[in-house]
Amino acid sequence: MNERKIRVVVAKPGLDGHDRGAKIIARALRDAGSEVIYTGLRQTPEQIVDTVIQEDADAVGISILSGAHTFYFNRIIELLRERGAGDVIIFGGGVIPDSDIPALLEAGAGAIFGPGTPTSVCVKWLEEAVAKKRAEE
Amino acid sequence: MNKEYMEAKARYESGVAKSLQKHKERKEVFATGGGIPLERLYGPEVCGDSDYMREIGFPGEYPFTRGVQSTMYRGRFWTMRQYAGFASAEESNERYRYLLASGTTGLSVAFDLPTQIGFDSDDPMAQGECGKVGVAIDSLKDMEILFDQIPLDKVSTSMTINAPASVLLAMYICVGEKQGVPMSDLSGTIQNDILKEYIARGTYIFPPKPSMRLITDIFEFCSRHVPKWNTISISGYHIREAGSTAAQEVAFTLADGIAYVEAARSKGLDPNVFGERLSFFFNAHNDFLEEVAKFRAARRMWAKLMKERFGVTNPKAQMLRFHTQTGGSTLTAQQPENNIVRVTMQALASVLGGTQSLHTNSMDEALALPSEKSVMIALRTQQIIANESGVTNTVDPLAGSYAIESLTDEIEKKAFEYIQQIDEMGGMLVAIEKGYVQKHIQDSAYEYQRSVESKQAVVVGVNQYKIEESNKDMKLLSVDASVGERQIKKLADLRRSRDNIAVNNALDAIQAAAADESRNLMPLIIDAVRAYATEGEICGVLRRVFGEYTENIVL
Repeated sequence: MNERKIRVVVAKPGLDGHDRGAKIIARALRDAGSEVIYTGLRQTPEQIVDTVIQEDADAVGISILSGAHTFYFNRIIELLRERGAGDVIIFGGGVIPDSDIPALLEAGAGAIFGPGTPTSVCVKWLEEAVAKKRAEE
Repeated sequence: MNKEYMEAKARYESGVAKSLQKHKERKEVFATGGGIPLERLYGPEVCGDSDYMREIGFPGEYPFTRGVQSTMYRGRFWTMRQYAGFASAEESNERYRYLLASGTTGLSVAFDLPTQIGFDSDDPMAQGECGKVGVAIDSLKDMEILFDQIPLDKVSTSMTINAPASVLLAMYICVGEKQGVPMSDLSGTIQNDILKEYIARGTYIFPPKPSMRLITDIFEFCSRHVPKWNTISISGYHIREAGSTAAQEVAFTLADGIAYVEAARSKGLDPNVFGERLSFFFNAHNDFLEEVAKFRAARRMWAKLMKERFGVTNPKAQMLRFHTQTGGSTLTAQQPENNIVRVTMQALASVLGGTQSLHTNSMDEALALPSEKSVMIALRTQQIIANESGVTNTVDPLAGSYAIESLTDEIEKKAFEYIQQIDEMGGMLVAIEKGYVQKHIQDSAYEYQRSVESKQAVVVGVNQYKIEESNKDMKLLSVDASVGERQIKKLADLRRSRDNIAVNNALDAIQAAAADESRNLMPLIIDAVRAYATEGEICGVLRRVFGEYTENIVL
């Protein structure tokens, strides 16, 4: 069987305009062979979840540097579950203090990558997470 | 060059060749952070053809390479201006008064994202964002609290506000009125630079054309009524944060500047007049020599552009005056105390580059908004440079350094090449529309990321000299989640208690004038603000007339 390419949505929720990290991770994932859908700025959680479902994505990466991470992660996770897409892998990064990370992981995020994380670490993590998920399907 | 020099140089070179046979240098090629190759040694020949009077000159004189004032920091230090604001007007007012008591000499207001994008705190789009990256301001009521007990005739205030700059400036003018300070006495800056929002920062609202009109309305209004106000701060800061090189930062910022001058000229405004109130905002990153050279090159280039391209004869309108902020993206979440050292170097580069005002970042900014303690260290860093380092005692002390002058020329050359390409495309608006600028910035950002991952670029504590650590125990500032609810309640009270007929009339007047390009919107926006129309209501009316910008995604 041919291995399907990983399909991943990279999303910028809310009003935050810092897109350097999102664009770098999108490009690194693409260079590593994934199909990347980048949403652009100012996405509501509803728009992001629509994109994930329409694109039949394996995963969604969320980038937030505005401090609104707890609100947006929780809302996106909740909406994905409501719409029967609770198995989509969620990861993210940005300016997120260590003390907020356990609650995000508890809520259903697979990994949070802080500033300074090499893109290769995110790419490898995602490849393993998708492989594991597909093996379970 | 004389014979003695040439002989000595040949001797040196042959010595180098011998030494290289024994010990290779650390790298094959040495370059600045922005990729400008660096020679092993710079000597007097770099100044060979350069005409001192044409390219360097005297401080306070064209082309201002050595600074915009004749005595620079011997007269007075730069304005120490720390960007601050969080939660609601009450908390931020307290932080400002703390900063003023600690010796800052100007205020710099950070607004939250809903305020920057023209949404009231009770708008669904504001959910989760109220008070997070700055202070939430919905109406004149909040602004009155923000500047409570801060006399507007005694401080200068910089406001990082772009798309809705007119509204926030109007609020500031109205607070002045209530304090008995006429607008002609107000001094400060609004960022008001929409082009870099499309390129790099993201807090746009309206499409380019009406946005340029709002900007030039402000130029016109302020040159008549608020003459001490800097009507724009043309910003390279965010372009650099998005990943550009130093030369691209200069190029794209000045290209934005050219677009504003052209827009104002086509409205019939005189660049000799409004040119005096244009100000700039640059970043300061780690590559010390390149940064010092960058500031000097930017000043010289702008003077040349204003004089040669726009025929400006007023020296004050040829001067590039600028604010600097140290580089947020250079700060590491790892071993955050190391950031104090980075900020010190960056701040020193901006001082040696001749900055007019400075914000030094706090060490914890890769983790959260700065805590009170880290803000104090950042401010003290400036005070130590100003009072203890001695670099403020003579003007432009690095001028004449062969390496600095050579890099200054090199940055100017590279930046003018970009500007020429942008001109050939039809100007900055076209270049942004085509994604040219965004693409160049992103390519530089990606290249830098790869050089960090391959360890070609060393970042201490991140890809070398790492330790096991956690920032869990650091005292970080966290914004109270109830700010949004408090703002929503304040808004409900306001909408009940104000004269809603007056508000609606003022909003209708804005709507009518927005559709007529010959009208200046500023006076009408001031009327609406004075009647306690909210920021979201005013921007809502403008959104209906102007429409909204949609991002041109470049990846």
